[in-house]
Amino acid sequence: MHSFGYRLNVLLTFAVTILALMCAMASLSDNLNTPSPSAEIQIMNINWFQKQPQGNDEVSLTMNISADLQSLFTWNTKQVFIFVAAEYETPKNSLNQVSLWDAIIPAKEHAKFWIHTSNKYRFVDQGNNLRGKEFNLTLHWHVMPKTGKMFANKIVMTGYSLPEEYR
Amino acid sequence: MSWIGDTVDSIKSIQIRQLLTQGVSLGMIVTSALIIWKALMCITGSESPVVVVLSESMEPGFKRGDILFLHMSKEPIRAGEIVVFNVDGREIPIVHRVIKVHERQDTGEVDVLTKGDNNPGDDRLLYAQGQHWLQRQHIMGRAVGFLPYVGWVTIIMTEKPIIKYILIGALGLLVITSKD
Repeated sequence: MHSFGYRLNVLLTFAVTILALMCAMASLSDNLNTPSPSAEIQIMNINWFQKQPQGNDEVSLTMNISADLQSLFTWNTKQVFIFVAAEYETPKNSLNQVSLWDAIIPAKEHAKFWIHTSNKYRFVDQGNNLRGKEFNLTLHWHVMPKTGKMFANKIVMTGYSLPEEYR
Repeated sequence: MSWIGDTVDSIKSIQIRQLLTQGVSLGMIVTSALIIWKALMCITGSESPVVVVLSESMEPGFKRGDILFLHMSKEPIRAGEIVVFNVDGREIPIVHRVIKVHERQDTGEVDVLTKGDNNPGDDRLLYAQGQHWLQRQHIMGRAVGFLPYVGWVTIIMTEKPIIKYILIGALGLLVITSKD
């Protein structure tokens, strides 16, 4: 009844149960946090706007991205992954989401930033529908915890549009 | 260290009925584990509700040895979601983030492009020959939660199978020789 094996078994089971409980509580504590992030994106320049040989439109642009995402961090946050996507509609596709830039914020101190950058990923359409197209820029964030449930949300900024002609 | 003597004694005095009881208990344990696994598959709607991260392509978010909990709902696939997908011809599923989505007006079908956070380029090189996009049928689930380090057990057992055999042998021995 009090053999070594039995005691080891009970100890290990108890330890694993407590660990699982602590992970669950850590994850639940994230729900107490009410984030209030803010962001602003300006398109500084359309570098070029061409139709590719395969027939798809492609744009290269330079953006000014500034954001304050410090309120997303809790003690259970490992990192926040953010990306900026262009969202628009075409006759063929009801929704197109193209990620233009992303970054990893490892700590709260880096969560308030300002960056001037051209698009990291190619902004290519399925087709040639981009001339004069109006689109939204959304800043998405994905909070990755040290353990538990991940949270994702976004800010939608409207009112951007592409030139009428290729250049 | 008298338990060695006890173990040898109990192996010598095994009776058929006791052996059969032990066999049934072992079978019950294995069956319950299988039931829990299948129930999880039903609840989460995904073929494999828990996966182990095997590569470093999603660092620093997901490291090798973490486990991911998956869920598949009818919600449309959107950019930013972390999805697990199978490529035709590859047996190991891949866990990466969706960076591009093109959804058709009429059918609602989607073309999806993925990329690992830590990879320099997108996943087109990983897809099958001539495949430029993923469709919904390739995607097994979205990652909704994760636990660090727990998956190392699976990785060790897959990469050094000898440890798996040692573990199963030891467990079997323990069940057979336990007095209760």
